[in-house]
Amino acid sequence: MQLYGTEIGSRLMLGTAQYPSPAVLAEAFRRSGAGIATVSVRREAGGERAGAAFWDLVRDLGVTVLPNTAGCHSVREAVTTAHMARELFDTPWIKLEVIGHADTLQPDPFGLVDAARILDEDGFQVFPYTTEDAVLADRLLSAGCEVLMPWGAPIGTGLGLTNIYGLRTLRAQFPDVPMVVDAGLGLPSQAAMAMEMGFDAVLLNTAVSKAGDPAAMAEGFARAVEAGRLAYEADPMEPRDMAAPSTPVIGKAFLT
Amino acid sequence: MRATVLGAGVAGLCVATELVARGCEVTVFDPSPRPGPHGCSWWAGGMLAPFCEGETAEEPVVRLGQEAADWWERQGVNVERRGTVVVTLGRDRNELDRFARRVQGHERLDAAALAALEPDLSGRFDRALHVPGEAYLDPRAALEHLRDRLEHSGATFVAEPGPTTGVTFDCRGLAARDALRDLRGVKGEMAVLRSADIHLTRPVRLLHPRFPLYVVPRPGGLFMLGATQIESDDRRRSVRSVLELLSAAYALHPAFGEAELVEIGADARPAFPDNLPRLVRRGETIHVNGLFRHGFLLAPALARMAAEAACDGTRPELYHEDHD
Repeated sequence: MQLYGTEIGSRLMLGTAQYPSPAVLAEAFRRSGAGIATVSVRREAGGERAGAAFWDLVRDLGVTVLPNTAGCHSVREAVTTAHMARELFDTPWIKLEVIGHADTLQPDPFGLVDAARILDEDGFQVFPYTTEDAVLADRLLSAGCEVLMPWGAPIGTGLGLTNIYGLRTLRAQFPDVPMVVDAGLGLPSQAAMAMEMGFDAVLLNTAVSKAGDPAAMAEGFARAVEAGRLAYEADPMEPRDMAAPSTPVIGKAFLT
Repeated sequence: MRATVLGAGVAGLCVATELVARGCEVTVFDPSPRPGPHGCSWWAGGMLAPFCEGETAEEPVVRLGQEAADWWERQGVNVERRGTVVVTLGRDRNELDRFARRVQGHERLDAAALAALEPDLSGRFDRALHVPGEAYLDPRAALEHLRDRLEHSGATFVAEPGPTTGVTFDCRGLAARDALRDLRGVKGEMAVLRSADIHLTRPVRLLHPRFPLYVVPRPGGLFMLGATQIESDDRRRSVRSVLELLSAAYALHPAFGEAELVEIGADARPAFPDNLPRLVRRGETIHVNGLFRHGFLLAPALARMAAEAACDGTRPELYHEDHD
């Protein structure tokens, strides 16, 4: 899978927040083989390099780091945070979050497009955290985004894919755009479903970090992502109404 | 045996206490003459809650933490053994089930049982958990008490490090980062409120997916609210964190809306990558560090283990020989 020209080995991405400890976080990455770690810059940033120790631990995971603008509620905040992230992690990649509602943490679609345009012009490679809205997706692509990250459900809810029709439509409308289902997943089966639908990867955090055994849950997700991708590539059968025995039932009246 | 203790926070004072109890001649170095806001321990909640901490902490925290209440009481510190109450707001009730699955030693309360335990929470929560085997203390009073007791039993407190003899116990917390490279700071912010309108007799934890809160009652109508947990060694008290703490307290009980805001504090807790404390031996120095959010809970056990290692030559758990 290529994202902005970079080959990524795993279709599972993990967030780095809310684990019981950095050691458990590292074990979750080791067991899952996740290829990308997202890291929040804003919350830890107490000016200067106050969060440096934790960022070093994230760098030490040995995977590609995708910094994010989690918790930003305005275009200006998000853009400032993106610049800070570029300096800290020496990467043009930014997962862009512009939050529109404090309780549901749903994206602010208008601020998102504005911020994406500004950051694209500044040379960033933007991964926008967006809804499944296809019109919004089109605007984000026009703003320069080459990857989209539609939500499965609001952040941290674990509800799974709440609008399957919308996600299917989005996937169908932009078949060549790499898309990562981001947020709202609670179980590996939901990740498998997203992959079966043809999404290129999934990103999750809470489902792993808040599990009783985060490393085991991370591995569970990794296997589900692999299973879902294999199924997608294998061109699954279409559902049909008539039962079709796979071996002929000789001597029985079957055309009843 | 002569021994030197660097740092007079909760770790250093507990280690010094254990050493004096074994007949050692102890000198404690700390640039500040008394316990105070310069030290991370000053901002602690003082909960001795090994079972509740087991929600996310590793097994040694739960086991070793069970020594704490008895230890503090033996030193003459006032320990309140009234358990912990755990509640959650209506829409987060799944959090209570998840917490119950992961925490041993709890009992479930219905509305009436909760009202009997904490009358001021009556009618606000239809169910709760009670963890009876837990306790709490006033951390500042406990630090002062240990400090005075050590002085009375012959320990020397000095501000400038001089020549050391015997074993050195380095209990400097984050200040020891020059020697312990994988030590990091995890910021915690807290607030102290005063209210005559609400009365709680034990720590109350409010589970919340984003803004978890604990409230610890203190003498004089004071309530300590804690605590954020942010990967940073920054010590600023951010508006966002204070908003979160105060909002959560207000959600726990609206009377907190009328409370007096007495204090807002922040410091960075020293932690190793597994968030477990360590005894690190390097030559004649034993580091006692990485107590994370479990200073008052784990310092007694760590102090005992450090003293045993030095005096009896034992190799306790969490003990690391380090030769670099």
